[in-house]
Amino acid sequence: MDIIASDISKSFGDNRVLSDFSRVFREGSITAVTGASGCGKSTLLSVLMGILAPDSGSVIRPERISAVFQENRLCENLTISANIRLVTGKRYSLSEISGELAVIGLAGCENKAVRELSGGMKRRTALLRALLAEYDALFLDEPFKGLDSETKRSVMEYCKRKIVGKTVIFVTHDREERDFMADEAIEMK
Amino acid sequence: MKKRVITILCVLFWLIVWQLGAMALNQKILLVTPVEVVRRIAELAPKPDFWSSIAFSSGKILLGFAMGLAGGTGLALLSGKFSFARQLFSPLVSVLKSVPVASFTILALIWISSKDLSVLVSFLICVPIVYTNMLEGLDSLDPKLKTMAELFHIPPWRRFVGVYLSQLLPYFRSASGLAIGLCWKSGVAAEVIGIPNGSIGEKLYMSKVYLETADLFAWTLVIILVSRLCEEIFTAFVKLLVKRVERM
Repeated sequence: MDIIASDISKSFGDNRVLSDFSRVFREGSITAVTGASGCGKSTLLSVLMGILAPDSGSVIRPERISAVFQENRLCENLTISANIRLVTGKRYSLSEISGELAVIGLAGCENKAVRELSGGMKRRTALLRALLAEYDALFLDEPFKGLDSETKRSVMEYCKRKIVGKTVIFVTHDREERDFMADEAIEMK
Repeated sequence: MKKRVITILCVLFWLIVWQLGAMALNQKILLVTPVEVVRRIAELAPKPDFWSSIAFSSGKILLGFAMGLAGGTGLALLSGKFSFARQLFSPLVSVLKSVPVASFTILALIWISSKDLSVLVSFLICVPIVYTNMLEGLDSLDPKLKTMAELFHIPPWRRFVGVYLSQLLPYFRSASGLAIGLCWKSGVAAEVIGIPNGSIGEKLYMSKVYLETADLFAWTLVIILVSRLCEEIFTAFVKLLVKRVERM
């Protein structure tokens, strides 16, 4: 199912962030949303995924969506595996989750509470949670933020393998991420 | 390990100071030695009355504590949900926090029988502590996690445990840890005023009447030990619950 945005406008006070934005995101496409800081990338993503209401316009999206939010939105008192199972239920066994964690450089961390993790580890947990959820469309807001270049590369490769055939919209201001991940890109002004 | 050794040494130091002080004073009515206290407990322990008094007071105080946990949590949930309830309960909680235990106890003696006095007093002491902590926990719930749960269509029970309970349990743990000790203190104080038959409070009162200082010290030590045991058992239970929730 395509994601169709029609004439979306959004303002915060006098600051008009989105102005009559329209676009069709084709099913199975990976679209990067790029642009300078404060240009409205995250606002657009929030409106597209339905957690922020537009002032005008409409969005048609699939029912089952998944996301990496700008902030991680993890449950700090739960372990990594509990955060993932909170979303996936028992579709994945603990050993399967451990296996996936090992691929993204979090081997042996499944029973660590999220509050004990570094920023980069939290980001990878949030990404894995989003990737293991059941979804038809995936929204990623700077999913590789805070990762060192070596880890970022391997996580991007893992992510790319996982999202084949899914509709993905992701926000980035990193050229490398855009070129590696996206089929197409939108430059926000 | 080193810290534990230092703690034991410090306790030993104060026990020796106590022992030497009591020996120097040599007035058993004023101060007994720790050795005499232990000897007195050893004399009391084989008597069935000793254990029935502990069981009586523990049962009543822990019942009040449990009711206080439920009551404080329930009121906090209502206040978290409805601002009207928060305004309504605010003066009541302030009163409960500031009224002295003795005033409660004397007033309660007019309403209920002295054997249930410690239940009521423990309850009244526990409610504001649990209410205040749980309400603070509810106020600090991250609203963004609610959006996350909605976006991922997390089922209600999993959402309750993973999103809400996991955030509230640390507040519940600190509230209950604080409340259980205070329930014991105030519960026994209420028993000393109400003198219910077969309670620890009655034993303390009698030791005052007959100037049995060794009994007073012995029962005080028993109160400390039983209260501490209850606290440890309850804390371990809550810790287990926290661990279970953390791992879901």
